[in-house]
Amino acid sequence: MKAWSEHRGRVLPLLRNDIDTDQILPKQFMKKTDKIGFGKLLFFNWRYLDENGTKENPDFILNQEEWSEASILIAGENFGCGSSREHAPWALVDYGFRVILAESFADIFYGNAAKNGLALIKLPKQILESIADKVNINPNMTLHVDLSKMLIFHGEEEYSFSMPKEISERITNGLDDIGVTLKHWDKILAFEKQMSLN
Amino acid sequence: MQGKTLYDKIWDSHEITKEGEESLIYVDQHLIHEVTSPQAFQGLRDAKRNIHRLDKTFGVVDHNISTRNRSIDSAEPISKQQMVWMLLNSKEFGVNVLNVDHPDQGIVHVVAPELGLTLPGSVVACGDSHTSTHGAFGCLAFGIGTSDIEHIFVTQTMRMKKSKTFLVKLQGEVGLGISAKDVALFVISKIGTEGGQGYVIEFQGEAIRKMSMEERMTICNLSVEAGARSGMIAADETTFSYLKDKDNSPKGDAWLESVNKWKNFKSDTDAKFDKEIELDLKECYTMVSWGTNPSQVVSIDGAVPDPESNLDSHKKTTARLALEYMNLKPGLRMQDIKVDKVFIGSCTNGRLEDIRRVAEIAKGYKVHPEVSAIVVPGSGRVKRNAELEGLDKILLEAGFEWRHPGCSMCLGMNDDHLQEGERSASTSNRNFENRQGKGGRTHLVSPEVAAVTAILGKLGGKKQLEEFTRTNQMIKGEK
Repeated sequence: MKAWSEHRGRVLPLLRNDIDTDQILPKQFMKKTDKIGFGKLLFFNWRYLDENGTKENPDFILNQEEWSEASILIAGENFGCGSSREHAPWALVDYGFRVILAESFADIFYGNAAKNGLALIKLPKQILESIADKVNINPNMTLHVDLSKMLIFHGEEEYSFSMPKEISERITNGLDDIGVTLKHWDKILAFEKQMSLN
Repeated sequence: MQGKTLYDKIWDSHEITKEGEESLIYVDQHLIHEVTSPQAFQGLRDAKRNIHRLDKTFGVVDHNISTRNRSIDSAEPISKQQMVWMLLNSKEFGVNVLNVDHPDQGIVHVVAPELGLTLPGSVVACGDSHTSTHGAFGCLAFGIGTSDIEHIFVTQTMRMKKSKTFLVKLQGEVGLGISAKDVALFVISKIGTEGGQGYVIEFQGEAIRKMSMEERMTICNLSVEAGARSGMIAADETTFSYLKDKDNSPKGDAWLESVNKWKNFKSDTDAKFDKEIELDLKECYTMVSWGTNPSQVVSIDGAVPDPESNLDSHKKTTARLALEYMNLKPGLRMQDIKVDKVFIGSCTNGRLEDIRRVAEIAKGYKVHPEVSAIVVPGSGRVKRNAELEGLDKILLEAGFEWRHPGCSMCLGMNDDHLQEGERSASTSNRNFENRQGKGGRTHLVSPEVAAVTAILGKLGGKKQLEEFTRTNQMIKGEK
């Protein structure tokens, strides 16, 4: 995973609530045994009219020219609810998204996203709607997301957000969790020994 | 000193160390299946790592398997490939896996409790959101992603932030003919699909105490649909008698010691929860979903709600989109909605008691000629036990299909799914758009409602079946 701490990008407004992982990456593509190429399958059932993914749905925002460069997604509440599939963040990241702004995120999805360099940022509804209004008028507008300052800049305006340090550091350092945990190997073995005595 | 919740007790006894807001939590039982594990096995291979505790790792093949027979060749090629990979990966790394043709094969959340792998006071993890099911045994059980699977393979631990605690207290008794599924849908409708976000739910109340383990599993299974990563019910005599003599349960002296230890895993009476809610079961009816998330439910005797008048503003758009997808108009009576398929099974409602209830209703009736109804037992044991009781014969006689175990049409990764525009009554857990098949429309129901719906061809409960029976007897009488 590519580490990053600042991102500038265009914004795609998809202000729906309860966008579940079945919509983000449908089950038929979970039969893959690698992590590659999920981007073209993102939002498959909304994005394509046929089962082979050859006929794009022109009404779906992702297929519209003015939004094709977007790397920041705006959604409603409970984004990523449903299944625990990490295939959902794989698809979002492979497509090119780096940041999702939403009212709230499902718990399992929240944990999975950071491990793949995808920053999930909670913002109040009014701010999300105001950004969406602006971007609807000017799809070329960009946001500048700074994870170390926990600020989003848009021209003169800035929005602050909060994110647990462990989550933001995972994205900014791109660290391998297993490597970090293995530093505690002695403690794990000691715990196991204690447990077998109890 | 302030009392502790059940969650606190399990957390504290499994926390190895804490850094910032995240703790390293020991995992007692790691369950895997073929869909979310292949990339984790590949990660091990790439980093030349091994599985630390094979004795705490157990796998099944459940999502892709055909329910028509036990041959891996019956699956379509990509499904077959994923199952083959599961078997190859497990062999290479030494994981104990129930093979496709193993007599106990079945859905991971049905099989693990049956084998006594889910024990009170423990931590259970699986790359599947419905791992919350296992919380019915008074353990902490949660779904994880593929990175976490690899992490547990190597370290037997999870890195996680402690959740907040949410007490859901059910007041009063469950009404006659109301099932655990109805109670679970009722709870979700009250707290919403995001109401449990950031929390672990503990269910308490006299009604919960009276429930069987199978009913408790249905309740905890659906807690993830209320946004909570885990649902829990403290263990009691019902739990202990379920676990006694299971394949992997402690035996002899160890059993008595374990039961004594497990008895401490309950919330202290003075424990403080971060959030509490009391729900009166008098308001819980036979439930059926009308929308595309599990909180969008009404009584079977009710009607499709009007998004414009019955809901608060921020739910309106969601409801409008749901009705458009479901092709339903506000005001339509639920009992007038025709279905094409009925699915009975899944980790929510694929256990023996569920199948007994379906057979009890189906006895003497016929499945409606325009409906195809399949019964998919949750595991090989459920299937064998149902057959010993003769339930398969009753169901076949009534016109239901009696299948082999698997996840099946709950998510349609195998060949059981809805066609574009088809409508189902399903005992599963998610009515999300396209889940049971592209363009398919799902109504979540209890096993009882699924059985009645199969007979009537329209959504229905006990009352609707009685009306149907009366009318039919009248017609017969006139002849």
